[in-house]
Amino acid sequence: MLPKVLAGCLIGAFVTLLLPREMVARWVGHESGFAGLLIAAFFGFLLPGGPITIYPVAGAFLVMGADAGAVVAFIVSWTLIGYTRALVWELPFFGADFVIWRMIAAIPLPIIAGLLARIAVRAGFQYRDEIK
Amino acid sequence: MTLAVNILLWLVVGILAVIAATRGRVLLDDGVRAGVMEFILLLPRIGVGVVGSGFVAEALPNEWIAPWLGPESGLLGVVIATLGGALTPGGPVVGFSIGAAALKSGAGAPQVIAYSTAWALYAIHRLVIWEVPMMPARVVWLRALVSLPLPFLAAGLAILLGRP
Repeated sequence: MLPKVLAGCLIGAFVTLLLPREMVARWVGHESGFAGLLIAAFFGFLLPGGPITIYPVAGAFLVMGADAGAVVAFIVSWTLIGYTRALVWELPFFGADFVIWRMIAAIPLPIIAGLLARIAVRAGFQYRDEIK
Repeated sequence: MTLAVNILLWLVVGILAVIAATRGRVLLDDGVRAGVMEFILLLPRIGVGVVGSGFVAEALPNEWIAPWLGPESGLLGVVIATLGGALTPGGPVVGFSIGAAALKSGAGAPQVIAYSTAWALYAIHRLVIWEVPMMPARVVWLRALVSLPLPFLAAGLAILLGRP
């Protein structure tokens, strides 16, 4: 268990240092459409780390111009189908068959959550004035 | 399986370290230092979690689990599991050990999936302790709000897929 945790920590540190943040605004900004939600969900799947790393990255995405729908898709994707979290924490408790089954069932959920968030924003939910 | 996972993970670490090294020695050092520091900070929590999860499993009221959360409990079981997930405090060790213990004690797999999905997405303590200090609060509440139906969808999709 411990070598896996150490590897997860190192992956998180390197990805945070190496991620080209300027690309974020272009890929998952307001104009990114449905593809932006898919990209955000894929980032969530890919980016390792715990809540200590993921929420600051999500906050930075917002400041750099990502929209609320993309950020919601990103966080839900990291939470439900992020692979490091599943490998490090879930697998030892549940075993591979159960975890893979749960993750496959969860694949559409980040997109659904992102679409619901965009609908709420379009219906008048305000959040921009809080972002500095 | 564990060995394969370890090899895969360390392969990724190796590739990232090489990419960092080509961009400069400082970046490589920073990455290793940040990763090892996070690991050291995690160690005591893992120790507490591994010991604690045994107690948690023992403390679960096993005789209630099968009737309320068993495979026959249906939608009501999914609702109870979702509520339980939202109210479970603690980190991944606590949430996953409760889920695994419930599964062994006779809970249905879709109910356990609803529990761990709700716990992962909107455990109330995590929203308040982690997410609100690091993100604009209105985005946090928006995310929690749109996540409300997801445990039900997760359980439903898992039933549609069928257990492997």
